[in-house]
Amino acid sequence: MSLIITEEEKMLKEAARELIESKASIDQFRLLRDQNYQSYDSLTWNEMINMGWTSLIIPEKYNGLDFSYVGMGQILEEMGRKLTKSPLMSSILFSATAIRYSDNDDLKTKWFPKLMNGETLMTLAIDERSFHDPKNLKTKAKKEIGGYRVKGKKTFVSNGNFSDHIIVVTKIDSKEYALFLVKSDSKGVKIKNKILLDTSTYSEITFDNVIVPVENRLDLKISGERLMNKVLDISCIGLSSEMLGIVLEAFELTINYLKEREQFGVKIGSFQSLQHRAAKLFSEIELCKTIVIKALQAIDQDDKELSKYASLAKAKLGKTIKMVTNEAIQMHGGIGVTDDSNIGFYLKRARVVQKIFGDYNYHLDKLAKNKGY
Amino acid sequence: MDSKIKVDIGDFRTETRKWLEENCPKSMCEPIKDASDFYWGGRNPEFSSKDQKIWFERMLDKGWIVPYWDKKYGGGGLSSKENTILTQEMSRLGCRKPIYSFGISMLGPALLQFATENQKLKYLPEIVQGKIWWCQGYSEPNSGSDLAGLQMKAEDKGEYFLVTGSKVWTSYGDKADWIFCLVRTDQDAQKHKGISFLLIDMKSKGVTTRPIKLISGKSPFCETFFDAVKVPKSNLVGNLNEGWTIAKFLLTHERQMIGGIGETDIKENPHKLALKHLPFEGGKLKDSILRTEISEFELDDEIFDLTIQRIVDEAKAGNNSGALSSFFKYYGTELNVKRFELFMNISGSDGLLWMDDKSSEINLAKNFCRSKGNTIEGGTSEIQLNIIAKRILELPS
Repeated sequence: MSLIITEEEKMLKEAARELIESKASIDQFRLLRDQNYQSYDSLTWNEMINMGWTSLIIPEKYNGLDFSYVGMGQILEEMGRKLTKSPLMSSILFSATAIRYSDNDDLKTKWFPKLMNGETLMTLAIDERSFHDPKNLKTKAKKEIGGYRVKGKKTFVSNGNFSDHIIVVTKIDSKEYALFLVKSDSKGVKIKNKILLDTSTYSEITFDNVIVPVENRLDLKISGERLMNKVLDISCIGLSSEMLGIVLEAFELTINYLKEREQFGVKIGSFQSLQHRAAKLFSEIELCKTIVIKALQAIDQDDKELSKYASLAKAKLGKTIKMVTNEAIQMHGGIGVTDDSNIGFYLKRARVVQKIFGDYNYHLDKLAKNKGY
Repeated sequence: MDSKIKVDIGDFRTETRKWLEENCPKSMCEPIKDASDFYWGGRNPEFSSKDQKIWFERMLDKGWIVPYWDKKYGGGGLSSKENTILTQEMSRLGCRKPIYSFGISMLGPALLQFATENQKLKYLPEIVQGKIWWCQGYSEPNSGSDLAGLQMKAEDKGEYFLVTGSKVWTSYGDKADWIFCLVRTDQDAQKHKGISFLLIDMKSKGVTTRPIKLISGKSPFCETFFDAVKVPKSNLVGNLNEGWTIAKFLLTHERQMIGGIGETDIKENPHKLALKHLPFEGGKLKDSILRTEISEFELDDEIFDLTIQRIVDEAKAGNNSGALSSFFKYYGTELNVKRFELFMNISGSDGLLWMDDKSSEINLAKNFCRSKGNTIEGGTSEIQLNIIAKRILELPS
């Protein structure tokens, strides 16, 4: 399979770029922050729904577009470029994916239509400590008459402030993994919202003996651990697409600045020390483009090595996004550390997104472990 | 119509496979082991085995030495689709190349692009038949990275050019029959504009060579001296003083070849070597720093291989950028240098072995030393970064 996007995917990408540039540019990001850290702009979100972005990865059987994850990746990349805020990542990429790969068909019938038209917004709760460690979860679920009793505490949950449902990963008897769809206003759910470095809202969620109906379990006959891993792999690849957009935009803004800014009577881009650093970043970015398209294709093709490609993507993008945003600030000089310039926004989002579901070290270690060393 | 073409192509694959299976000697399907496995042709051809000779002659008869060149130049006249199929089938069987030749990989493409019809008809068939072993004369003792500053001069003496100067890093200069050179034909012009592309017979009076020994030991490199060598005017390729265009064209080819070194050389993954040689603790390499170095390397190595594939796919779809060869050369060779550093780290004191009482064959320490040349030859990493900055990123001069 060619490592390039199809004509249809290209058209989708161009349409996404057009909408984002006209309606959800970086100025909107600044405005939302200045207006009390709003989570997203609802008019833009409605446009996204009308464009079909919430239906791209929903199977045809449930009236979705069943387009492709490669297509989804193109949109996330374009959103990354302008730091567009929306529920798309948490509600569709994380949560609709979890339901799609679950074996509970009733959940699909019930929730896909509402996820597609935006009537319901979901998010995914996995992490419990300040670092990603899905092998050692403490949140417990216990089967009782009338449902499961869920007890534990989750943190670093994206968009917990506006999501009406949470998919929570638990363990039964400290062994078997189980995923549940929990209503945010269920008795015993307590949500504490926090604003992070990148202006986004993340939540700490306590589940204090919450009773979840049996029919809300995502993994009926399939392994819950496998389902979680699959959702994490796909989510990491989607995050890598967003990171690619951030990397490309921050790099292009910086190259443009090198061509404009004058010191010592010449453009600073004529200095060889800066040229070599820019050329090295260019080279790393070429590798980033490759691994993102490869990993997206691996989702659509049900590749056996999906997990490897997810870690390659998240690790490579995690490393490069730090390098590129750091250099972007340094090469912008004084203006780069002012709030007037947009370049700082890219540094801030970079630091948050590279931490979600495992940073560079986590995925590099995982790759080594899987190769047996 | 479409389906008919598909059937024909399918037939071509079946026939090609059958022909290769019947005609490629078994020993010519084994991986290359040492330098004697390469056949270079030339005026005094040396075949290292009977099979090597048979294989070359059969491929020559079949027209598949250079399958994609036009038949009138001795090529096989295959379409690019057929050529791809032939390449795929050869690599499927593991067939060796029947001949290794800078004439095919470098001079030929330049002649096809820039030479007169007469020159093409004279030189290309000889290349195909392996009659002439070509070498390349670019760098000079005082012009390495600053290639366009080259000084070897070719003076117009009416009937002929009088060539004086020297070249360095001529691979197989001591064995080759002819050399393609960059020479200065205008001393006063701006340096890129006074260069021409000249073909010189190494048998000419006044040409001498001296082998160069590298930090890795013996090498195919030579220094080549030209002392008042008379070269016919008809040996000029392209227009007078426009040789730099050809030089740039050829460097692009060379960089892609060197950038691909990781493909053909020792390609064992460092982690596999580590699994064999190093102690483990709790399922992980005991040396945790080395473990990190290996995983960082393999992350980039694996993605770089995929990147070559992606850029080839993009070129096929029509998104081509010549300057990307600088990226390949830069990244591929930097990775190769890292690979050998890792091999040395993993091998511990065993990796230091230079020779023992039995043999002085190629070993890790020597390959390690040789790898240091990768980021220098064919344009240093720094030159490649300059090209990326100027030609791709369009940063100001």
